[in-house]
Amino acid sequence: MPRRIRRMAARLAGPGLAVTYLSLLVLLPLAAVLSSAFSSGPGAFWQAVSQPEAVAALRLTLLCSLAVAAVNSVLGLVIAWMLVRDDFPGIKVVGALIDLPFALPTIVAGLTLLSLYGPNSPFGVNVAGTPAGILLALAFVTLPFAVRSVQPVLAELDRETEEAAATLGASPAGVVRRVVLPSIAPALLAGAGLAFARAVGEFGSVVLISGNLPFHTEVASSWIYSLSQSGDLSAAAAVSVVLVLIALFVLVGIGLVRRRFGVAESV
Amino acid sequence: MTLDVPEGSLTALLGPSGGGKSTLLRVVAGLETPDNGSIEIDGRDVTGLPARERGIGFCFQHYAPFRHLSVRRNVAFGLEVRRRPKAEIRRRVDELLELVHIEHLAERYPSQLSGGQRQRMALARALAIEPTVLLLDEPFGALDAQVREELRSWLRDLHEQISVTTLLVTHDQDEAMEVADQLAVINEGRLEQVGAPTDLYDRPASDFVLRFLGPVTELDGVAVRPHDLALHREPVPGGRRALVQRITHLGFEVRVDLDVEGAGAAWAQLTRPDVGVLGLTEGERVWVSHSASAQQRRRGGLRDVASLSVS
Amino acid sequence: MTARSRWPVRVVALSYLALLIVVPVGSVFYRAFAHGFVAAWVAITTPDALHALWLTLVVALIAVPLNTVFGVGVALILARHRFRGAWLLDALIDIPLAVSPVVVGLALVLAYGQTGWFGRPLAAAGITVIYAVPGIVMASAVVSLPYVVRSVLPVLLEIGTDQEEAAATLGAGPAAVFSRVTLPSIRRGLAYGVTLTTARVLGEFGAVVVVSGNITGKTQTMTLFISNSVENLNSTAAYAGAVLLALLALFVLAVMSAEKKERGPRWRSRSDRSQSDSEPHLLLTG
Repeated sequence: MPRRIRRMAARLAGPGLAVTYLSLLVLLPLAAVLSSAFSSGPGAFWQAVSQPEAVAALRLTLLCSLAVAAVNSVLGLVIAWMLVRDDFPGIKVVGALIDLPFALPTIVAGLTLLSLYGPNSPFGVNVAGTPAGILLALAFVTLPFAVRSVQPVLAELDRETEEAAATLGASPAGVVRRVVLPSIAPALLAGAGLAFARAVGEFGSVVLISGNLPFHTEVASSWIYSLSQSGDLSAAAAVSVVLVLIALFVLVGIGLVRRRFGVAESV
Repeated sequence: MTLDVPEGSLTALLGPSGGGKSTLLRVVAGLETPDNGSIEIDGRDVTGLPARERGIGFCFQHYAPFRHLSVRRNVAFGLEVRRRPKAEIRRRVDELLELVHIEHLAERYPSQLSGGQRQRMALARALAIEPTVLLLDEPFGALDAQVREELRSWLRDLHEQISVTTLLVTHDQDEAMEVADQLAVINEGRLEQVGAPTDLYDRPASDFVLRFLGPVTELDGVAVRPHDLALHREPVPGGRRALVQRITHLGFEVRVDLDVEGAGAAWAQLTRPDVGVLGLTEGERVWVSHSASAQQRRRGGLRDVASLSVS
Repeated sequence: MTARSRWPVRVVALSYLALLIVVPVGSVFYRAFAHGFVAAWVAITTPDALHALWLTLVVALIAVPLNTVFGVGVALILARHRFRGAWLLDALIDIPLAVSPVVVGLALVLAYGQTGWFGRPLAAAGITVIYAVPGIVMASAVVSLPYVVRSVLPVLLEIGTDQEEAAATLGAGPAAVFSRVTLPSIRRGLAYGVTLTTARVLGEFGAVVVVSGNITGKTQTMTLFISNSVENLNSTAAYAGAVLLALLALFVLAVMSAEKKERGPRWRSRSDRSQSDSEPHLLLTG
């Protein structure tokens, strides 16, 4: 049945090409990372991820990412609230500005922050070479996630339920606590998760302002970079595996939260 | 099942939603592949042919207008992909737009048209390729009641004018009865009965056809049309005693709800003069019987068959 | 929002945005031209700077078309065909978003570098991938992989198959259906996706710095040129390069907000056919 075979070949050609492209660019290289991480056995893997400098870098990365996810969740909610409920001349420009950290190359973002909060700061605020610098850079690049996750949910919030709560005697704070927060909680959590996942792997914006001081301001991606530059590729691969697992864990978690609560897709 | 669609006829596939009518239409069009069976158009087996080689005109339920093209370019589409000369396309499109009365909308885009106008554009677009068969999927389903009425009689006239073999799918029995000259009732993927609309109404081959084509009530466990029940003041042979429970006036028509002794609830459809002559009031006792014309109905068997040909 | 709560919200939200985004980005423009427009112009037209600019454009000219073809193809596959494993393909598309750009670079080195999986056959064939232009192209292609798919797929799902089927019944073959119906219908979404892809390719740093070797005048892209200039304390060159890329970002921002206004936000995957739209969330930079 040549026609049937031809039709089947035509049906498989597209997916086949796509999977090949994806394999060459993404799947095979990532498999190479996994294989390299365990190339000298699990002992070597464990040693690579448990040596003091790696532990310090991973701990710093996780702590900073958590802190930034928390701070940006709160301030992102405040900004989203303003964008949805407030109106003043220029608010559209402010709304568009939220996406600037998405569009701005990370190295430019890093330079930007360095120019204002570095050694030549016009305000005299110098956070270069300190964990505060890392927080600043991560806050910059993850802000859009925090805002854009809750904004659509806030916009769709039924104002009548808030008014109903008010007629039933709830105070403004009570309305927020009893009606608003519970309905946006999944979106808020998803936004925090996205911000966290992005922060964990961030490199370009952090590298200029952090100074990469071992045990002090060296984040995991910087540590992987310096390992790869010094030729210790399997140690770099081992730390990479941990980093990717953390990000995947969080993203899968967000997927589950979304499915459970029917929060609209946002990545 | 076999369904023959005579040349030049307007056949309606009628049945409840989800009964497989639209699938059948899409199979005829070549948009879906049948598991088995065959489709012939004009005596030519087209079963394995892709849609574009079947020479059919298909009107989608929601018209599927090309949103990025003007009305003129929409209608011209089939001719453009066939690389017909520009002048010919122009002339033909003008003719068609005139035929469906939207010549003044030629430069508009689909988003600027009303539902009825889109329907007309979709028809013109399908007719442009001079199809052997015109397939219409729920042609009036997405329109409001008044436009629907208007378009129905317009479609009837148009069909008389161009007499292209037409197969249309609908779940609305009034629409099918009014527009089609042949009805095919389909239920759960099965062809229940084929025939002229009045034939099917008067001589349904199955309970399903009877119930689907018009109002039904039951007397002695037998389904009958309520207008085939006659009410009498005096006992009649074969008549049953019944209590008049409620009389509802619906304009010219009057609905009489009955409690038939030993048979339960039933209702009869009478006319206003009938009720006036009988002098019916609620709570009265009457006699109910089948009217004479109903006696000869209800016969004929299912036509069970195995391929579909459109000729 | 009550009048009483409006002002505190405004003050908090706007000052955070000002301190984090507006003032820093503005200050880059100020610093670039601190020594005059001429100094900035000179710094950005040195041979090394021009080479970096040229290399960046070359990489974009290769990576963006590749990802565009791939993206449209995958979007068509996911939207128009039902097959086992579709969900997996859909999920795999987003992997580059979950992986640190540095790890992307490292992965390419481990697969295609001299000591990598394919190092030996590649060397035998005389092909250098890592520390050369092919590696930079690959790194840029990986990090920008999802954007066209994610911009086009929702449009394909939204427009449905009616128009394509109508074209087929009117006599159009697969190629004509694509060029006359599908492509015009996804035009806007495609332009949006290509813009995001281009922006990400031009601005990528982490993945490129690992695979390129950062050799001035050879494998240095614009972002590497900026970071090198910072290290060499050539701040005028760094800021001038940053302004160039920032202007590009502002253009992208304009496209993004225009797109949102026009068609409503979109960033959905295959499984979201029934879900309501949400704002697009783009992990655009790395």
